[in-house]
Amino acid sequence: MTGVYIAGIGFTKIAEHWDKDLECLMAEAAVKALENAGVSTVNAIYVGCALNEFLQGQANLGALMAESAGLVGVPAFRVEAAEASGAAALYMGFCDVASGGSEAVLIVGGEKLSDGLTEEVSSGMMMSGRTWHESFIGADFYALNALLYKLYSKRYGEEGIPFFPVISHEHAEGIPHAQYPFKISLDRVIESPFIAEPLRMLEVSGIGDGAAAIILVNEDLARRLDSFKARIFISSATDYVNPFEREDPLKLQSVLLAVSKVLEQGKSDRSEMDMIELHDATSILAALCLESAGFSPPGSAGKLAMKGEFGLNGYLPCNTFGGLKARGHPFGATAIYQVAEIYLQLAGLAGKNQLDSPRSGLAISLSGVGATAFAILLNKE
Amino acid sequence: MRIPGYWRNTQFFYRLAGWKCVHCGAFHHYKPVVCKRCGSREFAQAELPSSGKLITYTIVRSPPRGFELFAPYAIGLIELEDGTRILSQLTDFKENELKDEIKVEAVFRRVRINGDQGIIEYGYKFRPALRRS
Repeated sequence: MTGVYIAGIGFTKIAEHWDKDLECLMAEAAVKALENAGVSTVNAIYVGCALNEFLQGQANLGALMAESAGLVGVPAFRVEAAEASGAAALYMGFCDVASGGSEAVLIVGGEKLSDGLTEEVSSGMMMSGRTWHESFIGADFYALNALLYKLYSKRYGEEGIPFFPVISHEHAEGIPHAQYPFKISLDRVIESPFIAEPLRMLEVSGIGDGAAAIILVNEDLARRLDSFKARIFISSATDYVNPFEREDPLKLQSVLLAVSKVLEQGKSDRSEMDMIELHDATSILAALCLESAGFSPPGSAGKLAMKGEFGLNGYLPCNTFGGLKARGHPFGATAIYQVAEIYLQLAGLAGKNQLDSPRSGLAISLSGVGATAFAILLNKE
Repeated sequence: MRIPGYWRNTQFFYRLAGWKCVHCGAFHHYKPVVCKRCGSREFAQAELPSSGKLITYTIVRSPPRGFELFAPYAIGLIELEDGTRILSQLTDFKENELKDEIKVEAVFRRVRINGDQGIIEYGYKFRPALRRS
């Protein structure tokens, strides 16, 4: 098995891109990544998108992507795992290169949520649950998160949970590609209206469009390219789709499994992580990710957040470009943004939020409330 | 979100009926091939108890498509008398009547209006248990 390296990245700003079709937005990111890596073509393309059939009425994204990026002839596939579709595409591309099947692959994640009405996006998110069970009764993504939040508060108290959006927004301030590049105060979060109590409007990610791309290459090609290279490892695990069928709904077993496996692959230790990109689609999920992955004891994430431990100067900086909450969460693109941002940190190109010589970073991407989890590790060699 | 899918699931929606694994007792609302808990392939038809207690609940204020007419609506996590946990909409409650740990019971209600044809789908909801003397 060859080592797999990220040799280039590209992304668009997350915004409401009314004037662009999904595949055009993705082509922008793809072309930037190809140029950034210094390669003119690839052996395969993996596209991550969650809701293209539902919101755009568009299937066959693989071939469309090849055409839009000027790569007609290259094999191309769309990979889906709900909100973690980008990570799923990355997983397939990683396996392709690691196994020797391809020398270089292009991974593109994209989503255009603003093509749908708010209630359609909500229905789209609800598709990560069972259509004829949770979705039938209207138990949408926010309702499931709200119930987890209540169980969490009963067991541990809610102290500090609403602080996660504050951290993400602080880090997004002034970031050109972030959808919401401004600070918000804890008071504003707490005073925002409930979306599904106790979950407030400012504790959930917004609706936006974005595309991000990555070039993965094998060891041989990595040596020949001039761009910055980061070694990548990826792992994944699943859990019962309905969180209330799990032994303990507050323990995301898929996250624990995926993170433990990826650290083993990379021969790394939790204490060596210089940063983490969390799946903060909601504040409570940010806390559950940290606790389930073993980065903070159960019930402690909110308190540690309030102490600044997840800020840029904390023991584990999180969401250094704003995370899902403030950078934005265009489902299929999200994991690719997370990985691209870690790459920028390792390359020393993170601008005002640059950490002090980081060597390792971890990203966590989820479908639903942890039905599938991906853990992606980047190491600077 | 088509009629056949609804029709296939009406036994659960109307009567809380499904299949229990004969080895570990895990309830499946659909007809399983393999038990999701223990991997067994033997099942017996079973109905869930129609009462239990409310573990906790939330109010959905920004509804998905098909539920606009019902919003805001309550979603509860319920532990039935046999220990099975299910999610359900809550109905027939007065303001301040919803509290964690109250006893609840199943009722038959309109659940949503679905799809372009406006199919009206029915199923279970739970309400605070009526006090019977």
